[in-house]
Amino acid sequence: MSIDMSQFHQVFFEECFEGLEAMESGLLDLNTGDIDAEVINTIFRGAHSIKGGSGTFGFNEVADFTHIMETLLDQMRDGRRPVTQPAVDVLLSSVDCLRAMLTAIQSDDKVDTATVVIYKTALEIELNGSAKQSIPLESAVEEDDIETSDNEAEATEQGWSIAFSPYLDLLKTGNDPVRLFRELADLGEYTVAVNTRDIPDFDDLDPEECNLSWTLTVLGESTLEDINEIFSWVEGDCELDIQALIKKEAKATPSVKKDKPESSIVPVIDSLESLPASLDVVQRPSNTIPSSNTDVAGEVLVERRSGVSSSIRVDTAKIDALINIVGEVVITQSMLGLVGENFSMDQLAQLKRGLAQLERHTRDMQQSVMNIRMLPINFVFSRFPRLVHDISAKLNKKIDLKLVGESTEVDKAVVELINDPLVHLIRNSLDHGIEMPADRIAAGKPEVGTIELKAYHRGGHIVIEIIDDGRGLDKNKLISKAIEKGLINENSILNDKQAFELIFMPGLSTAESVTDISGRGVGMDVVRKNIQALGGNIEILSELGKGTIISIHLPLTLAIIDGQSVAVGEETYIVPLVSIIESVNITEDIINKVAGKGETFKLRNQYIPIIRMHEIFNVQPKDKLRTNEGVIVVVERQGVLCGLFVDELLGPHQVVVKSLEANYRRIEGVSGATILGDGSVALILDVPGLVRLSSNRLSSTNPSL
Amino acid sequence: MAQQSDTKDINKSHYHKEQDETSQYLSFTLGNEEYGVDILSVQEIRGWEPVSRIPNVPFYEKGVVNLRGSIVPIIDLREKLRIKFTDYTSLTVVVVLQTIDNEKIRTMGVVVDSVSDVITINKAEVQNAPDFGTKVNNEFINGLISVDERMVILLNVDKLLKLEEIEPLS
Repeated sequence: MSIDMSQFHQVFFEECFEGLEAMESGLLDLNTGDIDAEVINTIFRGAHSIKGGSGTFGFNEVADFTHIMETLLDQMRDGRRPVTQPAVDVLLSSVDCLRAMLTAIQSDDKVDTATVVIYKTALEIELNGSAKQSIPLESAVEEDDIETSDNEAEATEQGWSIAFSPYLDLLKTGNDPVRLFRELADLGEYTVAVNTRDIPDFDDLDPEECNLSWTLTVLGESTLEDINEIFSWVEGDCELDIQALIKKEAKATPSVKKDKPESSIVPVIDSLESLPASLDVVQRPSNTIPSSNTDVAGEVLVERRSGVSSSIRVDTAKIDALINIVGEVVITQSMLGLVGENFSMDQLAQLKRGLAQLERHTRDMQQSVMNIRMLPINFVFSRFPRLVHDISAKLNKKIDLKLVGESTEVDKAVVELINDPLVHLIRNSLDHGIEMPADRIAAGKPEVGTIELKAYHRGGHIVIEIIDDGRGLDKNKLISKAIEKGLINENSILNDKQAFELIFMPGLSTAESVTDISGRGVGMDVVRKNIQALGGNIEILSELGKGTIISIHLPLTLAIIDGQSVAVGEETYIVPLVSIIESVNITEDIINKVAGKGETFKLRNQYIPIIRMHEIFNVQPKDKLRTNEGVIVVVERQGVLCGLFVDELLGPHQVVVKSLEANYRRIEGVSGATILGDGSVALILDVPGLVRLSSNRLSSTNPSL
Repeated sequence: MAQQSDTKDINKSHYHKEQDETSQYLSFTLGNEEYGVDILSVQEIRGWEPVSRIPNVPFYEKGVVNLRGSIVPIIDLREKLRIKFTDYTSLTVVVVLQTIDNEKIRTMGVVVDSVSDVITINKAEVQNAPDFGTKVNNEFINGLISVDERMVILLNVDKLLKLEEIEPLS
């Protein structure tokens, strides 16, 4: 019976990527010198299940590769090997390599074997180099003639002799030697001889102990790794001596005593010579690998995003809750059906109760369906420790990344789209925000800089803050740069907030030098555009020398927004609640005019321009005589306050956003439409668009409408 | 739609070969004039109902309505064709049409006085619209045809419903 394994591939890949993420974050948590067994176990488990899975699915390259990582980790776990920074770096880069391999397999591409071999060699050197401990890494490479032999070439022509002496408790661990032998038999022609001399007298015999040992020979095209793979399950439960059988030349081959697994891998440094590039990697594993890998990681990320299908993992509790509610709805519906069948007026109360119940359930149902789309923001945040780790190493800065509120939930669509802007902002903070350690000490700050990534809910919004304690933004420098580039007028006077806003202008960068991390002056404007496209906004607070806070406000979901409906003449419009600061009743006497046209009113010592909705949308006011009585809704966008003059406030609504453009066109000042309770359509106002419309009107001497 | 194409197929089998060149049009009136649109582009016919006005668009784009959850714009055909505007009555009809614009299917409603008939016409009999110079814009007109001595103006739905770019206010 053959099962189509490919149907499980998707799940396998998802699990692998999850495992890799767990490994990555574990590795980053690993404090060298101070080993937390639980962390290593987590990493080990990740590697182990990837190995198992890929073996099952026949992705042998992955399985082989992971096996080496696993061996290394196993030694760390047992405390037989110190956790060193180079080792962690090599493991991290191997995680990248594995990810690249899996991505390639997932998209049916060829695995880049050359790269894989480089990492594999680095891993093996790490494994053997520190197993001997006395030999430094460099000399391990130079002395390659001492310990090497071309295993694979030899093995293909000959075979292996294996002395397998299990410990007494082998059977108790659930391992059956017979299974191992069967696997060996698959490798080629094999013979087995059993040694029964250790069997005790029948009286002393414990049937649960294994008193046998075996001598096996395997002939044919198998490698030492194949054999090690088979015996990997019984590592630590047996004594194993694997010898290569030599037929032609009597060249010395390594005999690997394998009573403990640490020496199980014979170095294959020979292969290095055929790979000139890899030599470099191996000799300086602590520096080259992590930095050269940021690029690899970046590419992998891009590839992954273009992945085939999009699915989300949903907490079963959420689904259970939804099913519960659906059950309630069904009950309510049948109850209402009964009432309706023989309706008489005395059942009115029952009917009303039923309808109220239905309303409640519908609302609950809406909420739980929305909930299913919610993912913890950790999906985005979890990538940043790695980013910070890599970039700070590259920049020689010391940076501590703190994540706060990773479990804050946000809509899946938002999660997907917020990643790139956040990466950009964090890179900026790393590159420009945090100073070099020496500068920090000179400025009286702790040597290690801190970047805090914080997410929390506020109202119907999620707020993401990036807080660094770096050098902060230099307001004057920003302004002079902007004047130099002709972005603003020389005489303009800007307050702090407006000055920081300059950073979002295209073409403005205060960095003295352009690095490959940031400084080209493209980016912040794109970041803001992206965030606004998500219906959010971004703000900067900064103090020179103290640090910067960048806060991003995003709607929890893109499909439903909170809005305030307002009446303008006969029309109803929705103002997104996020942009409303407050609403003020207004009478004619508090309106001031500038040059007879521009109207303002004073709100707590600040003059705020008024936008008359009737005028810019050409709506007839209800009462033509009292055009100066109404409500001003004070809205804020991009740091600019303005007042929308409307007839009256109708009330807050949760509205489902519908696209106007699907059948129609984009309308300036309108971001979308929604359907009200009575079935009619109301437009959702786009505050920045309104501001643009209104300033266009004011600047044109001859209004076109 | 499916039904309509079925009827067309039946028609085809009933007529002779030369009738392969026939097609069906839905005819409607605007004042005293009779117009026709390809019946395959008609999605449904509805009564007039109040619309939500859209600001700063050409005057003939009356607004949008909620058509079973999607937002559909309504265009007044009288005004679009520069025929004198009349008030909407209970007999005023909205013909919901589907058009393809930039490979995207759009649904739009056009306001007409009343729908009158489904007519089968032979394409060979369609006469090209004469050039009226600047007096009448004939870019939406596919041609003219005579049905029972009445003249029916055949409209090109895709061109008719192509939205004009709005120049930004300046």
